[in-house]
Amino acid sequence: MTRSELIDLLAQRFPQLVLKDAELSVKTILDAMTENLATGERIEIRGFGSFSLNYRPPRLGRNPKTGTKVQVPAKYVPHFKAGKELRDRVDAIGQ
Amino acid sequence: MTLTKADLADLLFEQVGLNKREAKDMVEAFFEEVRNALEQGDSVKLSGFGNFELRTKSERPGRNPKTGEEIPISARRVVTFHASQKLKTRVEEHYAEQPMQVAQA
Repeated sequence: MTRSELIDLLAQRFPQLVLKDAELSVKTILDAMTENLATGERIEIRGFGSFSLNYRPPRLGRNPKTGTKVQVPAKYVPHFKAGKELRDRVDAIGQ
Repeated sequence: MTLTKADLADLLFEQVGLNKREAKDMVEAFFEEVRNALEQGDSVKLSGFGNFELRTKSERPGRNPKTGEEIPISARRVVTFHASQKLKTRVEEHYAEQPMQVAQA
């Protein structure tokens, strides 16, 4: 499922709204989630899961082309942990 | 502050102009459609944010951490999330500007 398919499905669920509303809703939700993670805030969606940041300490890496060592600075990377309902539903099929 | 469904509904009310009821339902429907797709074995690609993918794991040996007893971890299907380059870059840029306090999951 792509972003535009999600927009179409949501538009079908809300016949009183125009497609533009579904489109703007998806954009608003994803932008807010991006913004929160980018400023180090968690996201917690009951029944779906939580997003947080994981710390990656600085390390000595290598340029794969030249083989020279480069210092890779510490950074944070986004992390998702599925919630119980999502975990159970995804695992139920095919069992 | 942790972002929740209630916060997202407030944003849809303020920024999209949905009424309170629609805003709450829209947030719920958004995550329900993603769950539905994943439940049906379909991956979800939200451009600019990231991809949710499914991985099938075969049975592997595990251990009860309390008792040390060996018990098999059954085969299962799990969801993985891969942040888009845009989201990764946004997170890294902010950290480069100012080290932050991060709440863990």
